[in-house]
Amino acid sequence: MEAGMVTPAPALVRFSGIQKTYDGEHLVVKNLDLDIRKGEFITLLGPSGSGKTTTLMMLAGFEVPTQGEIYLAERPIKNMPPHKRDIGMVFQNYALFPHLTIEENVAFPLSVRKVSKAETQARVKAALRMIKMEALAQRRPGQLSGGQQQRVALARALVFNPQLVLMDEPLGALDKRLREQMQLEIKQLHETMGITVVYVTHDQSEALTMSDRIAVFNDGIVQQIDRPDALYEHPVNSFVANFVGENNVLAGTVETIDRDLCRVALAAGGSVMARAVNVSGAGASTSLSVRPERIAIIPDGSSSDGPNRLPAKVQNTIYLGDHALAVLDVAGNAEFMVKLQPGAHDSLRHGSLRPGENVFITFRPEDCLALDPV
Amino acid sequence: MTATSLTGANASTEVPLKRRLRRAERTRQVKALALVLPLLVFLLFTFAGPIAGMLWRAVDDREVRQALPQTVMALANWEGKDLPDEKAYAAVANDILAARASGTIAIAAKRLNYALNGFRTILTSTARNLKAVPEPGTARETLGKINPAWRERTTWTTIKDAGGPVTGFYLLAALDLTRNVDGAIVAASPDQAIYREIFGRTFLISLSVTVLCLILGFPVAYLLATLPPGRSNLLMIFVLLPFWTSLLVRTCAWIVLLQSKGVVNDSLHWLGIIDEPLRLIYNRFGVCVAMTHVLLPFMILPLYSSMKAISPAYMRAAASLGAPPLTAFLRIYLPQTLPGIGAGSLLVFILALGYYITPALVGGAADQMISYFIALYTTETANWGLASALGAVLLLATILLALVYGKLVQGQQVTGGMKN
Repeated sequence: MEAGMVTPAPALVRFSGIQKTYDGEHLVVKNLDLDIRKGEFITLLGPSGSGKTTTLMMLAGFEVPTQGEIYLAERPIKNMPPHKRDIGMVFQNYALFPHLTIEENVAFPLSVRKVSKAETQARVKAALRMIKMEALAQRRPGQLSGGQQQRVALARALVFNPQLVLMDEPLGALDKRLREQMQLEIKQLHETMGITVVYVTHDQSEALTMSDRIAVFNDGIVQQIDRPDALYEHPVNSFVANFVGENNVLAGTVETIDRDLCRVALAAGGSVMARAVNVSGAGASTSLSVRPERIAIIPDGSSSDGPNRLPAKVQNTIYLGDHALAVLDVAGNAEFMVKLQPGAHDSLRHGSLRPGENVFITFRPEDCLALDPV
Repeated sequence: MTATSLTGANASTEVPLKRRLRRAERTRQVKALALVLPLLVFLLFTFAGPIAGMLWRAVDDREVRQALPQTVMALANWEGKDLPDEKAYAAVANDILAARASGTIAIAAKRLNYALNGFRTILTSTARNLKAVPEPGTARETLGKINPAWRERTTWTTIKDAGGPVTGFYLLAALDLTRNVDGAIVAASPDQAIYREIFGRTFLISLSVTVLCLILGFPVAYLLATLPPGRSNLLMIFVLLPFWTSLLVRTCAWIVLLQSKGVVNDSLHWLGIIDEPLRLIYNRFGVCVAMTHVLLPFMILPLYSSMKAISPAYMRAAASLGAPPLTAFLRIYLPQTLPGIGAGSLLVFILALGYYITPALVGGAADQMISYFIALYTTETANWGLASALGAVLLLATILLALVYGKLVQGQQVTGGMKN
């Protein structure tokens, strides 16, 4: 919702030509250049082993880049020990100190900074009020639920007003409902306090919910950095298209390119018009990407004015409450998903989409992206 | 259905439910009991039994009562203010003659000699010179003539004190205390008051060894807990290596190393650091070194297990929150190892308290610990009473320590905050 008003603020963190290897043989992070703006909520999203956590650890100071430099507020910090960086961090397993009470945990960053007793007390109290846990101040971490521990970890990372807050899959250990609630709380804290957050997750819906910008990592490389909506609507390659959101893939070969549109011959026969996003030219093989909600099913194959019309065979239908999915066999892809709009439930109920039935699908050329082959 | 009848129905079903639960659990409990029963029986016979026997022997005092039954009975109502009456003299004369015939006199003599040096002579000379039962009324005179000690009040109080069936004599002796002629508890004479010093020495050596083990073991345990698995396994083998050789062999190895013509002295001499060989063995130094070596694994293993449970995320969290390494160690790491430090220290200290072979082999006369004397009294002089009393005092001190430790640990109870 804030996506439109992200103004170019000065970069708070700058990764410049960062490389990292653990074994001296292959790079976990390959040539990372990344700017993080002040006040921004940026998410590093990617599958495990993609280098996102390593990037975060280098920023926190627990790993040293093999090459390159990291700047925090214009200062190089590659060789600065973690405790001098003034970066708050929330860990996946909370890492609350088990021998200290909640209050002592939250007071810890202040006491190591030799903040006066009175001020410490006031700030700890304010932090605990912020996470609505004043009543549990004297408890030990072991006596709290996962969600409560996560809130305390958050308060502890924020209480000393760090320049930057890092979160390493902080909600991974929580159940779904609690996770969604915490996502909103963290987002709210970010907005009210104006803090800069670098958030690591492998959960794309979490990234879409919370972030101002998302950096999609794969194989040690940032594939795309963009606002959530841009990432979803305009993925630059097949990996991003497949990783962010649901996606249907059809393999084919480019026949002709006309400005940003191209005609693609499908491997299984037939051809469609698609937006040329990441194709080198005529004759190149490509991988088409169509979102399930951008496809319509025409049961009888009649009345279609668009150029893209493909025969399909119904495999299955899945009822999901607020919507339903039809699994089709389209041009050799037997797991082609089509999202059925609420009105279309009727056709399910009336049995017009029975397994084995032959139908047609149609989608607009601008909703079909021609990307690099997978 | 009304509210009252509802609660009534609840109350009537609640009891059978509990009973059903008990019945359902009973089979499991019986099975569990059957599994531990062999060990329980074993412990009962080899551990609880002997300890109870030892505690009993520390207060058991029936030798004199068995050898001189009439005397003990005659003295039962004696106040101890003056010499006893003629009846007691006659009884002791009868008893001595009977005991000489049955051969039990030596047992009584030995027991009485513990309490009063020279009592053996009194009894044996009396037994030798007493030809027959004295004429009625002449027993006091006859005995006094054979040995003037029968005219001493101490002789008689000693017999009365040793009359049993139970006595505090040995326990008092173990604490350097004794009863004087009037029955009051007083300090033992300086030549007999040695046990307090030995207890003190035992505790001091054990404490030194515990502290040494902690200082040497803590860094090793830390390495074990933090190194990558391959190297930490190798290190663990080195830690456990001492368990593969016998205690005796390890102690003797120290003799080879530390003696005046041993490896250490020769090396130092060769390096020109010393001219005269250092005295490294048959003194306190040798005892502490050898015992520390033997007991080190008992410190390292509990430390290791407590450190292994500390997630590296804690130290990272502390650093990210602004704590320099030393602060993070002192405020976050160290407190979490306290249960391990406590367990390891208690284990080493209690094991060290009972150490026997090592101090006996590498210690001097002034380094022998309490177990040496317990062994001495059981195997050499057969003074079971005193040996048991010393053991009982040691046991009591150990139990007290364990209780103190339990209290400390309870106050420091740490519950895990990590959910893995």
